[in-house]
Amino acid sequence: MNKLYIFLKYFFIVVWTVFVVAPFLWALTTSFKDFQSVNGGVTYIPWVDFEPNLEGWKVLVKSPAKGGVDIIEPYFNSMFVTCTASLISIILGTLSAYALSRYTFKAGFVKNNDITFFFISQRIMPPIVLSIPFFLFLSSINLLDSLTGLIVVYIVLLMPIAVWIMVDFFNKVPREIDETALIDGCNPYQAFLKVVLPNSIPGLIVAGMFCIIFGWIDFFFAFILTFTEVQLLPVKIVALNSSVTPWWSLSASALVSVAPLIIVAFIVERYLSKGNLSGAIK
Amino acid sequence: MDLVANNLSYKLDNQYHLNKVSFNFKEGNLYTILGRTLSGKTTLLKTIAGLLTPDSGEIEFDGKNFLKVPVWERNVAMVYQQFINYPHLNVFENIAFPLKQRKIDQNVINEKVMDALKSVGLVGYEKRKIQELSGGQQQRVSLARSLVKNAKILLLDEPLVNLDYKLREQLREEFKNLFSKGLADETILIYSTTDPRETMELNGEVIVLDEGKVLQVGPAKEIFENPNSLKVAEISNDPPMNIIEAKISDNNIKFEGINLEAPQHLSKLTEDGLKIGLRSSDIELNETGHEFEVELAEISGSETLLHLKRGDTKIIVSIEEVLNFKIHDKVKINFKIDRAYAFHVDGKLASSPFGGLNG
Repeated sequence: MNKLYIFLKYFFIVVWTVFVVAPFLWALTTSFKDFQSVNGGVTYIPWVDFEPNLEGWKVLVKSPAKGGVDIIEPYFNSMFVTCTASLISIILGTLSAYALSRYTFKAGFVKNNDITFFFISQRIMPPIVLSIPFFLFLSSINLLDSLTGLIVVYIVLLMPIAVWIMVDFFNKVPREIDETALIDGCNPYQAFLKVVLPNSIPGLIVAGMFCIIFGWIDFFFAFILTFTEVQLLPVKIVALNSSVTPWWSLSASALVSVAPLIIVAFIVERYLSKGNLSGAIK
Repeated sequence: MDLVANNLSYKLDNQYHLNKVSFNFKEGNLYTILGRTLSGKTTLLKTIAGLLTPDSGEIEFDGKNFLKVPVWERNVAMVYQQFINYPHLNVFENIAFPLKQRKIDQNVINEKVMDALKSVGLVGYEKRKIQELSGGQQQRVSLARSLVKNAKILLLDEPLVNLDYKLREQLREEFKNLFSKGLADETILIYSTTDPRETMELNGEVIVLDEGKVLQVGPAKEIFENPNSLKVAEISNDPPMNIIEAKISDNNIKFEGINLEAPQHLSKLTEDGLKIGLRSSDIELNETGHEFEVELAEISGSETLLHLKRGDTKIIVSIEEVLNFKIHDKVKINFKIDRAYAFHVDGKLASSPFGGLNG
């Protein structure tokens, strides 16, 4: 029984690992292939099945004049926009979430839960609905085709995620902890910063991760709100496509665009297992 | 520096948590708030701490309007019934937290924290994480944190209720010692509990609270001996005082076919609907006594609680030994009727064996 259990456990782990890792390996090998190796039947192993070359990768850094797409600048643009918007979203979102979790708001029939839902409803709305208002809004304040404009839009998109996750998280942090901090001489801001926040790190990390992911992968708004001055990575990758699908450079660009997320996931995973709230209230 | 409250009221969802509560707490004294769950004890303590603002009424401390002082400037300390500590800090940092907040010199902090650790018996645990402590130890940490501040007002909200029996006994003993010697003369200590035994043991001034209302104020002994109403008698006794509907006539107390000679302090009461109150410990098993039927027998610690019935009269008897009874067993009991109380129809005390009222 026990042995069977162990066998099944490892069997499923192996199957799952293959399921997760295989596409990456496939993309990795494909990125080193040329036209012949991709279209002339299935090939797997470099140097045996096909002769690897760096063409697919070179396209990504070559300037358009030389037939490349040069994703370096868009890459850093994407990083800058995503990180800045995520950071601001987390700061604003955490503050609003704390207020929504701890204080009672009332304006007519609008109460705390309605406000929280208002935030979430921003994500429920199909993005296409927002595209024209955003376009007009950014053009009226002269921020179309600029990093600042994109950051503003991304904050609107990412902050609801932060609010949503953090409200739920703060609701689980016992109120008595805040109260004890107040009694111990903290004003409400200090109680938040010195006591509530350090105990909310797992929540912050989860919220941060979601913000980064959703910011990083956005194509739609980056496509609509930018033209020539500023380009983000997802938009640039699309420009790779031509009459002959360049699988090699698409694979290479897929790998470079997913790399930051993998790194983030590894860092986050370490923190997530650490923090827990047991011991606050037994 | 006295803590004076006037007509404090607090209402939530149309229910009074505090209903015109007034008190005058003097420095250097211990006050016990006795009441059942949901009687408003926690609300009262939170109001004193400043975590709740009453709907009406005033609190004055040191001659100043206390309601205008924010929580963090009130210099109060509070221990919750749940063991509240800061999970991200270790034991030492937890206890040092209120001192750090006051920007006290690190050496002084070290000294004070070590003193506090000593007084709660946690020396050697400084570096431990809160999560690594047992419930009793966690509660000691929060107690130490509240002691270290030398707060003018120390609030303890049922601090022992979530602990197991043995620890409760032990900590209660330690509390008594701490309170008698460890506290500064100018501290006002307010301790809330549901347990009458704790109240008696701590032996301070007792405020009996029920549904947000103060029912009686007085020294523990006075509350025990002369509860001013049926309600207080129920709250201040565990198990609650037995209430028997009886008639007194011809110098006899009559109920369920039992005739007991009325003691002197009850003999003059003749009104209808009188209720006789008798503690469960003032009834004893006796072969020559009156027959009752066992409804339930529970053993708690080293005593047995017998729930008995005769006709419509139900009583609880506590016996200081472990005895085995079956349901529907017949037992014979005697009443120490000279220790009986009498209450009027409206629940007010009519007469007590300790000389209350008609005595």
